[in-house]
Order: sequence, then structure tokens, then C-alpha cells
Amino acid sequence: MKKDIILAGVGGQGILTIATIIGDAATVAGLNLKQAEVHGMSQRGGDVQSNLRLSTETIYSDLIKEGAADLIISMEPMEALRYLSYLNAEGWIVTSSHPFKNIPNYPEEEALNAELGSLPHVASLPIEDVAKDNNMPKSANVILLGMAAKYIGILSPGQLRESIARVFASKGEAIVEMNLKAFDLGLNAVK
Amino acid sequence: MIERKLLLGDEAVALGAVDAGISGVYAYPGTPSTEITEFIQTHAPHVRSRWCTNEKTAMEAALGMSYAGKRALVCMKHVGMNVAADAFVNSAITGVNGGLVVLAADDPSMHSSQNEQDSRFYGKFAMIPILEPSTQQEAYDMMTYAFQLSEEKKLPVLMRVVTRLAHSRAGVVISERKAENELNPDNERTHWVLLPGNARRQYAGLVEKQPSLLESSEQSPFSKTVSVEGKAALGVIACGIAYNYVMENTPSELGIPVLKVSQYPLPESAIKDFASGCDSILVAEDGQPLVEEQVKGLLGGDYIVKGRLTGDLPRMGELTPDNVGAALGVKLDRPYCSAQNVMPRPPALCQGCGHRDVYNALNEVAKEYVDARIFGDIGCYTLGALPPFRAIDSCVDMGASITMAKGAADAGVHPAIAVIGDSTFTHSGMTGLLDAVNDKANITVVISDNLTTAMTGGQDSAGTNKFEAICLALGVEPEHVHVVVPLPKNMEEITRIIRQELEYDGVSVIIPRRECIQTLGRKLRKKKAEQ
Repeated sequence: MKKDIILAGVGGQGILTIATIIGDAATVAGLNLKQAEVHGMSQRGGDVQSNLRLSTETIYSDLIKEGAADLIISMEPMEALRYLSYLNAEGWIVTSSHPFKNIPNYPEEEALNAELGSLPHVASLPIEDVAKDNNMPKSANVILLGMAAKYIGILSPGQLRESIARVFASKGEAIVEMNLKAFDLGLNAVK
Repeated sequence: MIERKLLLGDEAVALGAVDAGISGVYAYPGTPSTEITEFIQTHAPHVRSRWCTNEKTAMEAALGMSYAGKRALVCMKHVGMNVAADAFVNSAITGVNGGLVVLAADDPSMHSSQNEQDSRFYGKFAMIPILEPSTQQEAYDMMTYAFQLSEEKKLPVLMRVVTRLAHSRAGVVISERKAENELNPDNERTHWVLLPGNARRQYAGLVEKQPSLLESSEQSPFSKTVSVEGKAALGVIACGIAYNYVMENTPSELGIPVLKVSQYPLPESAIKDFASGCDSILVAEDGQPLVEEQVKGLLGGDYIVKGRLTGDLPRMGELTPDNVGAALGVKLDRPYCSAQNVMPRPPALCQGCGHRDVYNALNEVAKEYVDARIFGDIGCYTLGALPPFRAIDSCVDMGASITMAKGAADAGVHPAIAVIGDSTFTHSGMTGLLDAVNDKANITVVISDNLTTAMTGGQDSAGTNKFEAICLALGVEPEHVHVVVPLPKNMEEITRIIRQELEYDGVSVIIPRRECIQTLGRKLRKKKAEQ
């Protein structure tokens, strides 16, 4: 069994935290894992992605082949579309619907939403609004992880919850509780 | 096995070196190598690990530690090898005492670099062993092997990684930590004093060692062959990380045997043996076609050798499982085409960054001069080349802003302005400034000081709090050294000083100084958390 995931977003949006949580859960579960990250220049407000590969078998490549990704998890709708050619036929896109416009030629939102809407397997949510409404503005990325948990499969939502507790443990119980709540908000939103 | 850890390739290198018993790591930050030294600083405080001023000082300090009998690691990005090259090449002539490993992190596809030079050429040039891991586990295991090899052959060893290994995480099985070497300086001066008489003897010794280096490559524990039944139409020689991309395409199912190469000089017998079982060879290597050229020579004119030179793989850019798959004849299965509504999102200077105010001021003054040229340098502020600033006319290598401005001014360009960051200035700008002062060049140098090495994530900057003193000591006249605070409210003062110094016929230095907002934010958050 394998699960190839592309995490996408804009530098600073917190996709590496999502990767850390999934990575921790996979390690504890004894799965093989490879996770290619982007460091350096792109982190300054540019597009960033991470290839996260989980498998019960040996994983060779750090990069996912085109047409092979099972899941795209994106903090931003245009960034979700950037990796469309990597998605396999049954693959899902789980994305924030909130555009991050730091370029002058950002596409028309209507056209962008129409293209996303034309795809068969998309779950989207204005995660930043949900985060604000629930007084957890810094946990939008964990809400997104909760949404994606339904499609990750190779790890259960329970295993991911345990990882959230471990990853945020050093920041105190209140932060752990807030992120667990964020995760559950995302998880319940796609049921 | 002691335990299994999830590590970045860079972290695996770092922990491998620490567990191999290093006493020091010497480095200047550079993507994708920075995390190696950062990891050692955080997790192995017993190892000497302060950031160096540049890659050359790092290489020399490591050689000094090796001279003293202890194990040392030097880390840099590929272009850092150019800076360290003098010391690097000559360290093969002196040889080593304690083990010495040079880690070069190459950046094929130039994710964060100005070229994609392949550091394996440097290893071949210096005639020393080269190791090229394909996985995080190998990166870890190879460190112990590399230090043993270095001490056995009495030579520095080059380890080459690429961005995709350096910045990718995987589980790594950790072994026991070896104790550090005792202090034991080398008393054989003829090895270390490279007067021509000694150097010729040492070089002859290096040449004599070559067959034993080749033998070591032939026996390398990191090489392997994946065989198929009978004679194959195509076989693949896969170097370093390319092995992963080949294996991802299940070559055994395609009847394609694979020879994995992880150590150089190139194992010639192994390659000839392997090639004798195939009708043709594809060389898969990330970077430049070093092995492909050598294999062509080795197998003779009639043998078909494919690779980057023949167009079977792209001539430039990093390898991927897709372009390697195409070279193996694997059909791409892509249910979705690329999306329509996607625009490039280039990186940009952070909102609130002091470099923004510097460029706003420079642009305002520069538009008053038709012929103004602004020579840029390497760092976050290179992003001043992009909209909305479009402020710089060049960016070539560390320190080139000052020296190119001088050369252009010598040729008659006026005003010639250099923009350089604080860390880049101490890395390679100071010597150029001395040239400019000695020749009374008509240039204005802006040292945009954000008190850190920002582009690579906020490492200490070697010259912090010393810039005025350095400039004065190099001979810049005190009345032409100015410090300003780059904030919108100070724009009038800053532009006035720039105007004034552009009109001065000689070397002026303006130092806009304000802390990087990323490091400042981190400090404030830490302080808040501690309260």
C-alpha cells in the first residue's frame, strides 16, 4: 500500500507543519516515508511544495511521478491547480478556497473556481475564515489536515490526532487542544 | 542499530559526521548545505561549529584541524567550492592527518543558485575519492566510511549531494558514536610546506595513490548491480540520486539491468563487466555529464552510450522520475493536463524588509541620472531585480558588486553603485573595497546591513557591529562613511546622503542598518514565549 501526497502553498503558510505531523504519524506507524521539501529562496513568498510519500514497501524516488499523486493538499486554490498534472485518475484535491494574492496577475477568481469545480474529486473550504471564527487564526493548516485525513487512508485520523499531540507538545496543553479542535473541525467538515 | 530517526539528507550527513567522531565543522551558509552545520550546532555542542567568513577560510580551518590529528567536516554549496578551490585542491597535495571530508551540496535546476556546476569535477580535478549517496541512510553511513577512507588514503574525501537529497526526509538507522581522535599534530613538515621541491614529491605521491583509489571504488560497499536474465538491449549506469529515479521506473520489469555507482574514481572494471552484458548503456547522473563522457572513452567508439549528451536525458536541469522514465521508454500516464488558471509566483522581499527601503531610495535617486548603474550581489536583496523594484543591473558571484562597480567606473560609468549585504561583504567584498580605495575609484557602496545571513535562514553574520571600523581601516575616508536606518520616515535623509555621495569623486560607503524582520520576529516570539 502507498500514498503519494503533494503539499502545496505559499512560503510561510505552514505546509511544512502539515508534513511534520503526517511524517511523525507515519514514522510511529512504521511506514516507509520520503518527504522532499523546498528550502531557500522560494520561501520568501513564492510558491512552495513538498512531495510526501508513504508506503509499506521500499520507496525509491524522493519525487512523485506525474500522474501518480493520490492527494494534493493545498493551502491556496491556485497552488492546488499548479500540480494538477501530478494527480492520478482517482486522486483527490483538498484545498483552501481562500486565494492568496501577492502577484499582480493572479487569475480571475471565477475562472479559477470554475476550473477547480470542473474536476471530479475536490474538497474545498475557506479554512482561514473557519480558523478565525473559531479563534484559532494560526491553525488553518491543521484544519486543512483534518479535511485531508479522510483521504490519507494509509494513516487513520486517530493516528494523526496522536501526532498532533506529540508535535505541539512542547508548546503547551492549550496549543495542543486548539490544534486537535482544528483537526476535528476539518475532519467533520468533509463528512 | 541504536534507533531510527526521520532526518533530512543534510541532517543525516551531519549526524553521520558527528557519529564518525568529528571535532569540528567549518562552513559558510549556502542552500542546500546550510542545515548540516545548523544541525550540528543544535545537536552536538561538543563539536566546534561557529560559522566561517567564507568557504575558503572554512576549508583552511578544517585542514588545520586535520593537521592536528582530528577529524573535520567542511560544508558548502557547489559555488562555494569555487571560493574554497585554492585550499581544496592543495589539500590533496599536502594530504591529511586526521580525516577530512568536504561536503559539496549541488543544486541542479538552480532552485537557489546562479549555476548548476557539478562538484564531482572538482574531486576529479584534485584527484581524490568522491562519494555520492543516493539515500539519506547512505548519506549517514557514508560519513563513517568517508573518514576511514580519508585516514587510510591520507587524502581529503569529497562527498557530493544534490538538493533533492539534502532537502528530503527519510527514516535513518543510527549507529554508535565513535570517540574523537586525540590531538596528534603531524610533524612531517615536508608534507605541509608546499615549496616546489616538496610539492613535486607530494604530487608524485598523489599520482601513485591513484590505482589504490580506483581499487577502493571497484570494491565500494555502496555500489551494486541489479541484474536481469541474459543479455540486455539496454543497461543503466545510475550515479547517486539518479539510482532512485531509475528504480522508481521498475527497470527489472523492463528487462533493464542497473549498475549503481556511488564512489569515484569511476570503477572501470565494474563498468566494462556490466557493459559486456548489454548492447547499449544509458548513463543517468544528476548534474553534468561527467560519467557519460568517461564511459564513452572507456567503452570505445562503437559502443552506444546514451545520456545527457545524446539528448536521451535533458542536457540541463535536475533528473526526475519522469525524465528518467522517458529515457527508459516508460510511457507517461497522466490523466490530467496542466491547469489553465495558474500563474508563476516568484519569491519577493518580505513586507517591512529594510532592503525595500534601500531600493526605494536608490531608485528615486538613480532616476535623476540617465547613466546610473547599480551592481547587485548574492542574498535576499538580489530580489531587488524583480518588480516592483527592478533596481539592479547585475548579480554574478559573492562580492562582485563592489569590484564590478569599480571596473565599470574605471571604464567611465557614472554613477556606479554597488549594493551588497553585510554577510556577503565580509565573505568576499572587503578585498574588493580595498582595491577600490587604493585606486580611488569613483564608486558608491551600499552595505545593506540586516545583522544576519538572511537568505539562508538567519545565521550569524561575521561582521556584525564591525562594518564602520572595517571600512575606515580599509581606508575609506571617515566623512564618506554613513550609517542610516532604512525606514520610510527617513527617506529624505537617505536620498540626500546618496545624492551627496554620488557627487563625491572617490569611494563612499553608505550602511543602511536595520535588523531582518524574520530574525527580529523570531526573537520577539521567543521572548514572548519565555515570559
